[in-house]
Amino acid sequence: MKKHTGRDLVLSLLLAAAFAALLYYFQYDKAASHNYAVSILERSAIYAVVAVSMNLLNGFTGLFSLGQAGFMALGAYTTAILTIPTHVRQSVYYMNGIEPWLEKIHLPMVPAMIVGGLIAAGFAALIGIPVLRLKSDYLAIATLGFAEIIRALLASRPMDRITNGSYGLNNIPGFKSIYQVFGIAAVCIALMVLLINSSYGRAFKAIREDDVAAEAMGINLFRHKELSFVISSFFTGVGGGMLAVYMRSIDTKTFQVALTYNILLIVVLGGIGSVTGSIIGSLLINGGQEWLRFLDEPTTVPVLSSLFKPGFRMVVYSLLLMIVVLFWRSGIMGTKEFTWDGLFGLFSRKKKKTGGA
Amino acid sequence: MSQNVLKVEDVTMQFGGVVAVNNLSMEVNEGEIVALIGPNGAGKTTAFNVISGVYAPTNGRVSFMDKPMVENHPKGKMRRIYHGEKDGVYKQSISKTPDQITKLGIARTFQNIRLFKSLTVFDNVLIATHMRSKANVFSAAFRTNAAEEKANRQKTSRLLEMVGLSDEQGEISTSLPYGKQRRLEIARALATEPKLLLLDEPAAGMNPQETLELAQFICQIKKDFQLTILVIEHHMDFVMEISDRIYVLDFGKLIAQGTPDEIQSNPHVISAYLGVQDDE
Repeated sequence: MKKHTGRDLVLSLLLAAAFAALLYYFQYDKAASHNYAVSILERSAIYAVVAVSMNLLNGFTGLFSLGQAGFMALGAYTTAILTIPTHVRQSVYYMNGIEPWLEKIHLPMVPAMIVGGLIAAGFAALIGIPVLRLKSDYLAIATLGFAEIIRALLASRPMDRITNGSYGLNNIPGFKSIYQVFGIAAVCIALMVLLINSSYGRAFKAIREDDVAAEAMGINLFRHKELSFVISSFFTGVGGGMLAVYMRSIDTKTFQVALTYNILLIVVLGGIGSVTGSIIGSLLINGGQEWLRFLDEPTTVPVLSSLFKPGFRMVVYSLLLMIVVLFWRSGIMGTKEFTWDGLFGLFSRKKKKTGGA
Repeated sequence: MSQNVLKVEDVTMQFGGVVAVNNLSMEVNEGEIVALIGPNGAGKTTAFNVISGVYAPTNGRVSFMDKPMVENHPKGKMRRIYHGEKDGVYKQSISKTPDQITKLGIARTFQNIRLFKSLTVFDNVLIATHMRSKANVFSAAFRTNAAEEKANRQKTSRLLEMVGLSDEQGEISTSLPYGKQRRLEIARALATEPKLLLLDEPAAGMNPQETLELAQFICQIKKDFQLTILVIEHHMDFVMEISDRIYVLDFGKLIAQGTPDEIQSNPHVISAYLGVQDDE
């Protein structure tokens, strides 16, 4: 089983190098079409962070939570408020004005994201105390409700001078280079993978498999569930911060339930309980949605011309999703992780099949 | 004089109007194998669940190593509908959760095997070492507890070797045959470093040969780990073979206690098991 570690390392490094080279090429060659590709990749990376953190909770700890959008909103607003340059704040807050104590607080991007994550984690810790006593569907509904409450609070009148209410925030400084977004995403995902493979990660999996047995093995259920919830929300908050920096302007409509469903889709499609599945799912969903855009364009092909209308893309996209979920019940990766052995095994199995037929 | 490991005093467990365990008192001394037997529905598993903290008893006290770990008395609505005895003797409300009780040194297995299904045999046992590890979430994630982790892995390998599952350690736990799943569950319980092991029907569904092997296995681990064992069982041969003392429950009440020989000749036990009616 271990004989391929050298080869796997080389292949993984090659993949990373190829990706870096691709990014370098995109930056070097300043054609507009590359910006489009880069922006899709960036969004995939950000969604991957949130998807992996959702997977940590839903896939590894077995807590079906749908509060992601709310925690993302907290992270995004915190990051946005802290990173908007102080000299443009008056113009951003021209309708309501800004709280005087907030006016001069400014942080660089990464610390702002960490603060955003911590605030999301803090809220998760508070929400978790009542909510984590619930199970499965009830937990989902409760977290969904809390996410909406957070969103409503951010848009509410008393918060106008902090969050700029329904006007949203703009002038958020973007990523300085494209490596930044991938670097932050890679660090976040690496940290979560380290946690998942530690003894705490195993305890989370034990709770997912059988909470009664886990408790009988001395695992404090509430403490571990709360821990998983808080850590997941921290990275969700960081992901929200990344989304704010990526979009440059945010308002509370971005963080509606649909965002959570999008992330859930990535997690389910990639495989509940698979980190690499979430990353692949994120690339597929974000890339697929864009790739199918040609369906919205008018076409001259006779029969299709009546079908290809704005909105048709989403019909096809939804159909494709249904097909994927029907044929890959447990997602693309299931609970397994991507390995080079698995990839080569896929090819050799295919070869054997064709050889035999 | 051997020390008293587990002491159950006047435990009554009432679900609504149903008294599942009625005024049960029993003791388990250090180094003993004690069996709790009784016909179906006698309340054996309920008693087990009270001891391991799954249920809080309606009334009574359970002490481990002379320290009370579960104590309760009828409260609220239960006060009015309480059918049990010894109301008012126990004043405190102590209810340790199952994980706290495991931490004190009581490990258990389950009647209907509860393994971590989609995890490997090795991980099943390794998870049980998590409780005793000192790592916090940061030291675990950043691998600063590598030495401890390594020790836990070695301990897991050693345990699997002792129960004879070394060859299957990479397999998914539910793919094992039934008898080996039982052994794995016991290995997992042992990984929590218990002083007292609670076995809930370990021989259920086993043929006579497997049952015999299991009896030897239990005597072996008792010796190797210096355990005290409390076992619930249906198989009479098995119980008579391994136990030092036996408690017999029927309809939630203790009807007899004593050594295997005494129990075998006890008329109450015979009538409870064979349904013979007392002529009065």
